[in-house]
Amino acid sequence: MPKTIIQKIWDDHIVASHEGEPDLLFVDLHLIHEITTAQAFEGLRLSGRAVRHPELTLATVDHNVPTTPRDLPLSDPIAKRQIELLGTNTAHFRIHYEDMFSPRQGIVHVIGPELGASLPGMVIVCGDSHTATHGALGAIAFGIGTSEVEHVLATQTLPQMRPKSLRINVEGELPAGTTPKDLILCIIRAIGVGGATGHIIEYTGSTFRGMSMEGRMTVCNMTIEGGGRAGLVSPDDTTFAYVEGRTYAPKGQLWNEALDYWRSLPSDAGASYDQTVEIPAASVEPFVTWGTNPSQSVPVTGHIPLPGELPDDTARAAAERALRYQGLTAGTSMQDVHLDKVFIGSCTNSRLEDLRAAAAVIRGRKVSPSVQALVVPGSQQVKVAAEKEGLDRLFSEAGFQWREAGCSMCLGMNPDVLGPGERCASTSNRNFEGRQGPGGRTHLVSPAMAAAAAIAGHFVDVRSF
Amino acid sequence: MEPFHSAEGIVAPLDQTDVDTDMIIPAAFLKRVERTGFGDFLFYAKRFKADGTPEPNFLLNQPRFKNANVLVAGRNFGCGSSREHAPWALQQYGFKAVIAPSFADIFNNNCAQIGLLTVALPEERVREILDASNAREGYQLHIDLERQEVTDPFGHVDHFEIDAFKKHCLLNGLDAVGLTLRHEADIARYESRRRSWLPAFS
Ligand code: SF4
Repeated sequence: MPKTIIQKIWDDHIVASHEGEPDLLFVDLHLIHEITTAQAFEGLRLSGRAVRHPELTLATVDHNVPTTPRDLPLSDPIAKRQIELLGTNTAHFRIHYEDMFSPRQGIVHVIGPELGASLPGMVIVCGDSHTATHGALGAIAFGIGTSEVEHVLATQTLPQMRPKSLRINVEGELPAGTTPKDLILCIIRAIGVGGATGHIIEYTGSTFRGMSMEGRMTVCNMTIEGGGRAGLVSPDDTTFAYVEGRTYAPKGQLWNEALDYWRSLPSDAGASYDQTVEIPAASVEPFVTWGTNPSQSVPVTGHIPLPGELPDDTARAAAERALRYQGLTAGTSMQDVHLDKVFIGSCTNSRLEDLRAAAAVIRGRKVSPSVQALVVPGSQQVKVAAEKEGLDRLFSEAGFQWREAGCSMCLGMNPDVLGPGERCASTSNRNFEGRQGPGGRTHLVSPAMAAAAAIAGHFVDVRSF
Repeated sequence: MEPFHSAEGIVAPLDQTDVDTDMIIPAAFLKRVERTGFGDFLFYAKRFKADGTPEPNFLLNQPRFKNANVLVAGRNFGCGSSREHAPWALQQYGFKAVIAPSFADIFNNNCAQIGLLTVALPEERVREILDASNAREGYQLHIDLERQEVTDPFGHVDHFEIDAFKKHCLLNGLDAVGLTLRHEADIARYESRRRSWLPAFS
């Protein structure tokens, strides 16, 4: 029977399968960071259990770290304690740790692929909902909670019910001026924030075949914003070219073995999915979110929907609540919305291509005097690569601040936060109330749209900017 | 985990869809390395004003809902971040169960891990419960896991679906790691046949 890549990877990782119980899956790669692990290590200690496979576990620090120069002392004592604890725990359990001073440190979802730690065909977990990012490689990658982190540390396995499958097929070329970020915003707009709950998404179609690895990561990253358990793209030559030569990628004979296997992974013709959704690439525009969930977006040339334009009472109630929080009125043209801050970064859009796309918009112009703009590379390696191309100078000369790698203003756990009432164009993935700081107002956009907004001081259509 | 059999108590109606885990517990509190004490920070940005004093209009600050232990909310409850701090905060505040038309996957899994029951009921029924608990002070529900039933004060009974294995684990308060380690031999067998190109870090 023809199988999807989801079934192939799932079946390949079944350790035990019994009627009426979840499948027990083996985990090839367990990524950990400072926020969701302290209590898991504590749990291990209390139960006297060891880490079963420290060599399959990879740690870094990203959420809490300041993005100011690394030689400055940490100003937040609670964050400092949490970071130190990750150091102690990884040392005690002999887990490889890319710490704050490592040239390989970065957002966990940026460094996994970058180091060749995340590979096609794997099952990857992390105590973080954006783990689906690694699905871009052709892996089943999903977020787990702290109890499950402890479970994986102790057993290297996880009991999981087999999710349903959802195929999202996109055909055609993305229109000029639009990006994979706009595509995923378009998808979430279509399926809704809970549309993929209980499903693993496979993104198929010529649009994804023609997309770079970094673009695929942006799309897979926001799978959870549509409620998806995981999201992936079948591996192809683009994938293999990306992986080859990376630090932990197989070499020599092992590379050939891996490649043979990876070529067998793509979904078979005629494989069936529980659901299929078609999105024409031509329908993608530069999107901006106006509300407080990632499905509440409109094309930048549009306006904030009027109550009558929304499908039902639930949507109207949600919009009303969102607009009250956002300090906006229905009917306002998106291009009339002015900004206080701009954030270019996060595991969604902080890779080299994202920074290039943002820098390309500048063309000698300056950040609006009313805007504070921040560029935070996703990893120290991205930072170095960008500096080699002179992107840091382009940004700095235009008035953007150029920072060290980390999650930064994506969730406002470090000193980079929005103040109450401040409005931000952000390349991150969540516009929830208070996400970037208590009372802060977030609008999600692509890197190019964020850079253009920083210069204009309000949203503008990057296609004519 | 403590075994879960039933819960009974006052309903707090959170009439909102897509309640995200950032709202349930803001990121600022995730720096704590303890597993307890999160109840004080539940819905922090809603419950407290910027100066730290209680926001009197927020649901849980209204005297009639103060001792609620069943939370009822709109669809897609618990969406967003994987933080288990969200179910910890709900449980440590005093909630025994959450009722909604649907739940986000990771949140739902996290609740099962700690014995916080999530009950999915049809959208219309959740609407009726939200309205009833707003209309009648002291409106209570009784949730029986064994029978998979939610009963209201007037004897109205709703049946709910729950995965049989999950139910078994909740009823018996089973330790998930302990359950997995029953498969020790299977794990060892799988380990011996893993593909040779898979990376390891040291
Ligand atoms: S960048 Fe944002 S979404 Fe990504 S891991 Fe960090 S906090 Fe989470």
